[in-house]
Amino acid sequence: MSLDTTESGSNHASGPSGRPARSENPSRRAERRAIVGLLSPFAILFLLFYIVPICYAFVRSFFVTTRKGAFGPAEDAWGGLSNYGQALKDPALIASVGRVLLFGFIQVPAMLVIALTFALLLDSRSARFKRFFRLTYFVPYAVPVVIGAIVWGFLFTPGLGPVADLIPIDFLGNTWVLWSIAIIVTWTYAGYNMLIMYSNLQAIDQDIYEAARIDGANAWQTALRIKIPLIRDSVILTGVFSIIGTLQLFAEPQVLRSISTSISSTYTPNLLAFTAASGNAYNYAAAVSFLLAMATAVLSFVFLRLTQRWENS
Amino acid sequence: MSTSVGTAPQPTQKWKRGPLESVLPVAVMFTAMACFMLPLWYLFVASSKNRGDLTTTPGLWFSHFQLGTNVSDTVNRDGGIFWRWLLNSVLYAGVGAAIGTVIAAMAGYALAKYEFRGREATFNTILAGVLVPATALALPLFLIFAAVGLTNTYWSVLLPSLVSPFGVYLSRIYASASVPDALIEAARLDGVGEFRIFLMMATALMKPALVTIFLFQFVVIWNNFFLPLIMLVDRKLFPMTLGLYSWNSQTQQDPTLATAVLTGALLSVVPIIAAFLMLQRYWRGGLGAGGVKG
Repeated sequence: MSLDTTESGSNHASGPSGRPARSENPSRRAERRAIVGLLSPFAILFLLFYIVPICYAFVRSFFVTTRKGAFGPAEDAWGGLSNYGQALKDPALIASVGRVLLFGFIQVPAMLVIALTFALLLDSRSARFKRFFRLTYFVPYAVPVVIGAIVWGFLFTPGLGPVADLIPIDFLGNTWVLWSIAIIVTWTYAGYNMLIMYSNLQAIDQDIYEAARIDGANAWQTALRIKIPLIRDSVILTGVFSIIGTLQLFAEPQVLRSISTSISSTYTPNLLAFTAASGNAYNYAAAVSFLLAMATAVLSFVFLRLTQRWENS
Repeated sequence: MSTSVGTAPQPTQKWKRGPLESVLPVAVMFTAMACFMLPLWYLFVASSKNRGDLTTTPGLWFSHFQLGTNVSDTVNRDGGIFWRWLLNSVLYAGVGAAIGTVIAAMAGYALAKYEFRGREATFNTILAGVLVPATALALPLFLIFAAVGLTNTYWSVLLPSLVSPFGVYLSRIYASASVPDALIEAARLDGVGEFRIFLMMATALMKPALVTIFLFQFVVIWNNFFLPLIMLVDRKLFPMTLGLYSWNSQTQQDPTLATAVLTGALLSVVPIIAAFLMLQRYWRGGLGAGGVKG
């Protein structure tokens, strides 16, 4: 009997209801106040400068500007999907999309291979002067894109820049200017992507390599079979960022425009939207921007799905 | 002596390391370094030349060294507008990144440390913001700012720069990793208020992360080109990037501007490269987090 009571007594004391009661209501209220207080500054600005502009562009993209007579005042009227219809039939837009897709098809894999190669080289046991090389590869990322493009513009100009004088290619001409832009973009971001991959490599447990070495894997096999699969996530991440960047291409062609006649005012989709907006065709520019954002999302998604399949296999 | 040299290589080393295998990587890496550094070397050399030498002498080596003259010409050009641009860039990037970091840290901490309904939806919406092309935002922002009469002001560049979805993302990762729940709980039991816990404890624990977030945002704003290009007309409000761009687009009409553009580019690049190199351990932290969690 006595045993019973002590048992039930101790049960009571250790049960959840026996804990020192925390006044649930005031602390919940304080927590809620904290959540609102901490989140709202960002939330309000995000709403004002992200959500509202996107919605606004979306709404504007359904309106068309009409004029009464040639010089009458401009009026916005509901146009349904006509801006989108115009965009999908716009030969300049189709050409610019084709151009950035071709660019991305070549430049993004090339840059990522370069970044991956140097990340692996820096991570390999035989590497020397790691810190020094790592820093020099990363430095171009510190140079603002516009400044980088200006300097490369000089380098590509015959009679002025050593690159144009050393290699007999018309860097700013019709055939090559797209790849000149690719050189600038690769120069800017290869080191940045390399550093993302390298940081990931450094985080891998070194014991894995020891095990691989005991199993007789050489440096090449270790890199290919162990290191690359382990840093897959970083490679995918840099891939997504690069795709987004490619579709947004603007600053480099805009800067080179002042020295190259081969870059039209509709060279990339963003340049086209900018040109349309400068000509007061805001509604059309909004539709183009919106299509571009959608295309970016779709391409990033497709890329992620494709790489997921690679992950599963 | 010769025997000790012969046995010096690590006995555990099983890979055959011929001269090719050890020399080739260094040679490749050295070549790559030369490629990456070429434009900066050219920039330095070209900034030290007078206008005639710029076109007539080899681009990668010095002739009459007159960097000092070029610098004073550049900073005094157009009534010293170069300093104004530099100051504007420091203002946009410094103020924007400082305030932006604080609000991103608050939001990231709240998303990491409080359970509430709609938390994941909120976070995912913010994360989707990382994917929105900045240029797709700039055009509608211009129209909205034009409607309220804010275009061509400091505000038009500064306000949108405050928002960094990537900063919130990093801040959430860091807050969950570096601020222990037990510590927060203990502080609550001691009667410390929620805001004080964030201000006094969380920010101290998250300090290295906050530096990383600040750096990322600083560089993004410092590099920003599209937004100021769209918003600003008055060149006194230009940041450095837009200012040098405007000079660069006039070099065809006024060739004397070439030296000013190059020297100005050198002057604007040197401090930011120096800051990068000094603060590089913070970069690796941020890039590592992006890589692992992405």
